[in-house]
Amino acid sequence: MELFDLALIWALIIGFGVIMYVLMDGFDLGVGILFPFAPSEEARDVMMNSVAPVWDGNETWLILGGAGLLAAFPLVYTVFLPALYIGVFLMLAGLIFRGVAFEFRFKARSSRYLWNWAFAGGSLLAAFAQGAVVGAYIQGFNVENGVYVGGALDWLTPFSILTGLGLVAGYALLGSTWLIMKSEGYIQEWAYRITPPLLFSVLTVFAMVSLWTPFVDITVFERWFDKIHVIWVLPVLSLLCAWKIFSAVSKRKEGMPFVATMGLFIFTYLGLIASRWPYVVPPNYTLWDASSAYGSQLFLLLGLLFVIPVVLMYTAWTYWVFRGKVKAGEGYH
Amino acid sequence: MELDPILLSRIQFAFVVSFHAIFPVFTIGLASFIALLEGLSFKTGDPIWERLSKFWIKVFAVVFGMGVVSGIVMAFQFGTNWSNFSQATANFLGPVLSYEVITAFFLEAAFLGVLLFGRDKVPKGVHLFAACMVALGTFISSFWILSANSWMQTPAGIEFVNGVVYVTSWSEAIFNPSFYYRFAHMALASFLTGGFVVAGVSAWYLLRGREVEANRKALSMCLWMLMVAAPLQLFVGDLHGLNTMEHQPAKVAAMEGNWETSTGVPLLLFALPDQANQTNRFEIGIPKLASLILTHEWDGEVPGLDVVPVDEQPPVAWVFWSFRVMVGLGMLMIFFALAGLVLRKGGKYARSRWFLQGLRFMSITPFIAVLAGWFVTEIGRSPWLLYGLIDYQAGITPSLTGGMALFTLIGYVLVYALVFTAGVYYLMRLLYAGLESEESDHPDDAHDRAKRPFSAAHVPFEVDPKEVERLSRISPLDGGR
Repeated sequence: MELFDLALIWALIIGFGVIMYVLMDGFDLGVGILFPFAPSEEARDVMMNSVAPVWDGNETWLILGGAGLLAAFPLVYTVFLPALYIGVFLMLAGLIFRGVAFEFRFKARSSRYLWNWAFAGGSLLAAFAQGAVVGAYIQGFNVENGVYVGGALDWLTPFSILTGLGLVAGYALLGSTWLIMKSEGYIQEWAYRITPPLLFSVLTVFAMVSLWTPFVDITVFERWFDKIHVIWVLPVLSLLCAWKIFSAVSKRKEGMPFVATMGLFIFTYLGLIASRWPYVVPPNYTLWDASSAYGSQLFLLLGLLFVIPVVLMYTAWTYWVFRGKVKAGEGYH
Repeated sequence: MELDPILLSRIQFAFVVSFHAIFPVFTIGLASFIALLEGLSFKTGDPIWERLSKFWIKVFAVVFGMGVVSGIVMAFQFGTNWSNFSQATANFLGPVLSYEVITAFFLEAAFLGVLLFGRDKVPKGVHLFAACMVALGTFISSFWILSANSWMQTPAGIEFVNGVVYVTSWSEAIFNPSFYYRFAHMALASFLTGGFVVAGVSAWYLLRGREVEANRKALSMCLWMLMVAAPLQLFVGDLHGLNTMEHQPAKVAAMEGNWETSTGVPLLLFALPDQANQTNRFEIGIPKLASLILTHEWDGEVPGLDVVPVDEQPPVAWVFWSFRVMVGLGMLMIFFALAGLVLRKGGKYARSRWFLQGLRFMSITPFIAVLAGWFVTEIGRSPWLLYGLIDYQAGITPSLTGGMALFTLIGYVLVYALVFTAGVYYLMRLLYAGLESEESDHPDDAHDRAKRPFSAAHVPFEVDPKEVERLSRISPLDGGR
């Protein structure tokens, strides 16, 4: 009667949505994080212009993820959000601030510096909170009978602070390689210069998290050291991407650093999934435990199958329209 | 003092949803107005329609953008503060709320960009089509959200097993007993909001003698629409009330301030409900009128608050007074709508100073009426989240403490205060610049290509002294002649 394993299909959809969000909002949050360090106000204009046409489309994936989780995996939604209560608020506040700053900076003159700070601060806050969520997920949640029973700040541990900082560095790296691709002249040179130190920071955190993760939870340790050795290909690929970023920056290539950074994110993300699969609310609940009713998953899937291709086409079209370099002094007034 | 996470979460939800709701309620009405302007422009080719449309599209863009920003929070509120409720109802509310979200995205992805930025880039017919689709899309989006809300008021099409909702019939659940009434009531409210805002802004321009011909046309269109919509709302509201009496009698009893089920119940104009003593301390009413309105008989029996146990009664004073605010403002709207008809002869509506001044102030009333109406229906179902099945206590996030709830409540108030101030301030700048501002636009600007709502508006954030001077040179004609 149940023709397909809808839970699995939904896991793929939401997994896809998460990585789409991370890659796409990642580079524009990264641009925000780098904002205070830009070489000039003109460079800030270029930075903002480079992400202006696409940033809010990027954030739509986040809202879709929130609503999709409630529909397909209500247990994930109703454990993560209470457990991360404070973190979710900080993330939303950060996103709202930077969203508003984005719009008004273009229209502001004398108050511009205020919007600069709101943009940078909001980006930093949102990125850190998202990174801490990753850490909290690896740690697992204190759940009894499908209900979160832990405290307000259980998620905030040295480990999750480390992952939070890691994602800030990672987004900044996405931002700097994005700028290499989208800018030219002294701004591009600046982006080339800051990329290796950012890469080094990311790798440092990557190494620390990788060494730490197996010891946070015994099942993760067993997954990596006892059972399935084929997954070791993922961290190896991540490191290959890191090397590729480094060599591409050395050779002053323009597109490759960003592509390789995306690869770094994708393989790290897959490694993270491999650590916990098929547990979506670690340590006790699998994606099948967390699923909503079959009919409910099916009802929404029918609509999504229609909408996702349109949104993807539109997204691709927007990036195509805005391809190429953003020049200084061009565009906004 | 012990902080109550339930009360704080209710206040927080009420705050963020009220703050969010005022934007879509305006854009839904405005989108239809813009589609109509585009249609007139397409049909007649008269440039005046296009000028009006261009201006109101800018306003639409900014308000839509604010709606999106304030809406992000809504997607997370259910889980952070009402996780047990979310878990119990996810099988229905999850897909329905998701459909609301994907409708909004689909709309934005496919048509909003064309409407905002495509005027000179796509054929005229395609642009008109996009305008119609945006208008339709806003309705589809509200269809889903109102279905979800109505279902929480009058649950149907489900079975409730071990504290979890399972959908047995999607059509019965989506088109639940109160849905049609609520949807009609809300759709009319959106038209009234759009209508009174456009009318009020046009009246203000007419008072100042700015762009008289275009703004008079806009005002005239609004007045025709309001003349139908305002009285119709009274009729639909009455039907909605009767439907509520059938399914949620305690809510109607609170609206009427009626403590005991009885016959020949008066319509109270004023009262001080005293919940502790289960009576009104002071009341002025019209004999038997409530019975007549609710049962269509002078001696009809009207349910009182005694139909439910005392601990299942809503806070009566809130519901009672919110209802009176809503109805009072509705009556004022009908008055202005009819005055518009009386003043129609000889085009007096566009010259009469008191009428135009009055319309200016009326532009804020639909927002207050809408929020008051939501207070009636939401506070009126207290203490239930899912009527008769899940109450506040059962729905709240178990791990939530009063301190956490207070922290985020203060946080959201601060964040929204800032966003709201900046947004409204900017909107005022846009209105101040008016229809005349488009002459200074740069159509080939890269900003135009950005597919974001705000980039449809070009007015700078700060006041430009030159602009003030230019506008002050336009002498305010008496009554806009």
